[in-house]
Amino acid sequence: MAQAQLPVSGEFPVASGHHPTAWKWYDYFTFNVDHKLIGIQYLVFSFVFYLIGGLMAVVMRTELYTPDADVIDPNLYNALLTNHGTIMIFGWIVPAAIGGFGNFLVPLMIGARDMAFPRLNALAFWMLPPAGLLLVGSFLFGGAQAGWTSYPPLSLITANTAQSMWCLSIILAGTSSILGSVNFIVTMVKMRVPSMSWDKMPLFCWAMMATSILALLSTPVLAIGLILLLFDINFGTSFFKPDAGGNVIIYQHLFWFYSHPAVYLMILPIFGIMSEVIPVHARKPIFGYKAIVGSSMVICFVGLFVWVHHMFTSGTPPWMRMFFTVSTLIVAVPTGVKIFSWTATLWGGKIRYTSAMLFAIGLLIMFVVGGLSGVTLGTAPVDIHMHDTYYVVAHFHYVLFGGSVFGLYAAIYHWFPKMTGRMLHEPLGKVHFLLTLIGANLTFLPMHVLGTQGMPRRVAMYDPQFTQINQICTIGAFILAFSVIPFLVNVIWSWGWGEKASGNPWRALTLEWTTDSPPIIENWHRLPVVTHGPYDYGLNHHQEMPTTPAHS
Amino acid sequence: MKQLPASIWTLTVGILVTLIAVWVGNNSHFFPEQASVQAPLVDNFFNLMLMIATALFLLVAGTIIFFAIQFRQRPGDEGDGVPLEGDFSLEAYWTLIPAVIVIVLGIYSVEVFTEMGGFAAGGGGGNHLLMSHHHHHEMKAQLVSDEMSEPTPEFEAKYGLGGAGKPDVIVTVTGMQYAWIFNYPEGITAGELHIPVNKSVQLNIKAADVIHSFWVPQFRLKQDAIPGQDTELRFTATKVGDYPIVCAELCGGYHGAMRTRVYVHTQEEYDQWLAENLVAQNPDLSKTVAVHTEH
Repeated sequence: MAQAQLPVSGEFPVASGHHPTAWKWYDYFTFNVDHKLIGIQYLVFSFVFYLIGGLMAVVMRTELYTPDADVIDPNLYNALLTNHGTIMIFGWIVPAAIGGFGNFLVPLMIGARDMAFPRLNALAFWMLPPAGLLLVGSFLFGGAQAGWTSYPPLSLITANTAQSMWCLSIILAGTSSILGSVNFIVTMVKMRVPSMSWDKMPLFCWAMMATSILALLSTPVLAIGLILLLFDINFGTSFFKPDAGGNVIIYQHLFWFYSHPAVYLMILPIFGIMSEVIPVHARKPIFGYKAIVGSSMVICFVGLFVWVHHMFTSGTPPWMRMFFTVSTLIVAVPTGVKIFSWTATLWGGKIRYTSAMLFAIGLLIMFVVGGLSGVTLGTAPVDIHMHDTYYVVAHFHYVLFGGSVFGLYAAIYHWFPKMTGRMLHEPLGKVHFLLTLIGANLTFLPMHVLGTQGMPRRVAMYDPQFTQINQICTIGAFILAFSVIPFLVNVIWSWGWGEKASGNPWRALTLEWTTDSPPIIENWHRLPVVTHGPYDYGLNHHQEMPTTPAHS
Repeated sequence: MKQLPASIWTLTVGILVTLIAVWVGNNSHFFPEQASVQAPLVDNFFNLMLMIATALFLLVAGTIIFFAIQFRQRPGDEGDGVPLEGDFSLEAYWTLIPAVIVIVLGIYSVEVFTEMGGFAAGGGGGNHLLMSHHHHHEMKAQLVSDEMSEPTPEFEAKYGLGGAGKPDVIVTVTGMQYAWIFNYPEGITAGELHIPVNKSVQLNIKAADVIHSFWVPQFRLKQDAIPGQDTELRFTATKVGDYPIVCAELCGGYHGAMRTRVYVHTQEEYDQWLAENLVAQNPDLSKTVAVHTEH
């Protein structure tokens, strides 16, 4: 066995003789190498940025309550829309899903004591605060205003300083993501507890594997695009300056070669979360383990060949428009496999309506809407009408809010007890779910109509015929903003004073639940031994964990 | 509770879902009016997908909600559910059915795209592209009579929606922050687009500063205006009226205000508009005659 000679017992880089058994609060603000602490750093950091990005959305929706640009300056509006998108992607969903839950869960789920490269792991996290500061600081210089896509030439001639800061910020975040991905892949390949064969590895880990491969292959290309952009802005090159022989379409290819896979980076870990949360709270084995693993890998692969569907109305030759229509449609098949598998997992279950499960089921339905509208958008003929309209805004918010954010909430409700040793308040969680569900649909459902009827996206002023629908969206956005309050109250109160959680409050079968809540430093009193599958609910042999940790 | 046979349930649900989906597909009023030849093509394709999507949504969401209610934890039951780990035929079924749907939609996409003029891009306006060499030669032949040995048109579109043969009207569209400028070969410059109804129109699209996107929702047509790379749209307007022209690509602070209108005239009205503007904009009429007309 390859694992035999590996240091599974953990060569912890901290001088192992005298490190504490639990971290103090101030450790969370330091360069610490514990994967659990880093995971929580990622989560708290990204949630702060979620609030900042959300506030930007609220200001934008307030502006859009009336057709005229009468609340804020239109250039500031563009800075807000640019940074709202950027922050929600690079500051919230990616770091929360991959950095936060990936870091906290992967070593625990495979029975490792930490990630393969703990210092690299901490380094990856600590690249994010400067990246975030660059984005926030860019507002002193007007903020980047060319959209999160930052297409040249607009990005070359608008707010140069802020745009440069934006580029640096994304390059930092991208580098962080590359470092993280290497770490995840090596950790999963090399550090699984010897008794865990590949087909016993939890689906969240498989999703992280697909995510990491995808991030490794695509992120460097984005970095290339942004470095060239940075040079064009600051050092007089002309890669993307058409009047000096440059080509603006090349940038779009470089950008989308990363940024479409980025959508999968934001949803694959969430798919993984779904595959963990649903079986536990439905008390059922996951339906079609292998199909779910396979579909993650197929999405990872096909996802690399769909990027041009963002460019159907751009400088894109006919064959490309058709090739990428077909490749985009193909993604619907593995995605469907997942949706159907989770639905089938519900069948015959004994579903516990915890807040985590409510968000998971909410996600399932919201994601179906987003997936189906995605199919319509993926075809070039329809996209020629719909591209860059509010229909697109509606579509990706169903996927990224109804999908990713719902999934992150489900994950927080599910793993909060493991992370903090305290339960979240369930009734408050249900209020939060209800408000989020209503708010999200009120905000994003009417946007489909806006786009179809002729309202372009990224506008601070619009034709007065769209006023009513926009006002519905704005009210929805206010509800969404309000929905965060019960959640925040819940998290802060429960973290300090919530009901104490046992090691395994949901009676779940994956390895992270075999240790304390919160797990001790280096995770295990004694390394667990895998004797059954991660989802063997209803199969009798799981009644007692063989390696229940003896306290001290 | 007396149970109806499963087959009756399946049949009823199937019929209901089909009826609702067909109704939704045929009664969606999301789109603005159809004012170009391409518009009904796009709408019909979208409505077909909407029909399929409605059916799928009802089935999947319905199943989820039904399962969620049916298989809820009953009070006092702390046990686990049925230990079912998969079912090959079911999984094959829900992989193959979507695959078939997707393949059909893919083929249909190509058909609609072809009909819209997607594969004729670069073919009509004196331009060239791999797939339309014959058009190129055609145009070359026409231009041979000109003094110029090279057809080097000042305009060379490779991307967009094109068409074979010579269009009835050619207009050069220039996007700039934050206006659309329309230049007619006759020597007219306008801030709105004027075109005759039921005539093939060729828009040669350019950008002066940043990327813009020319969009007429009622035509269902959109094409980016790209600095350094000319694009085109070939279409035929089918309804007299005036419709919004919207910039769809973020182009700066007043992107949302970059709107103008397209006026679709009857041929007589259009001719009159042309004549009036020719006089108004070209006091020295002899000049306009000298403009190359290619007729």
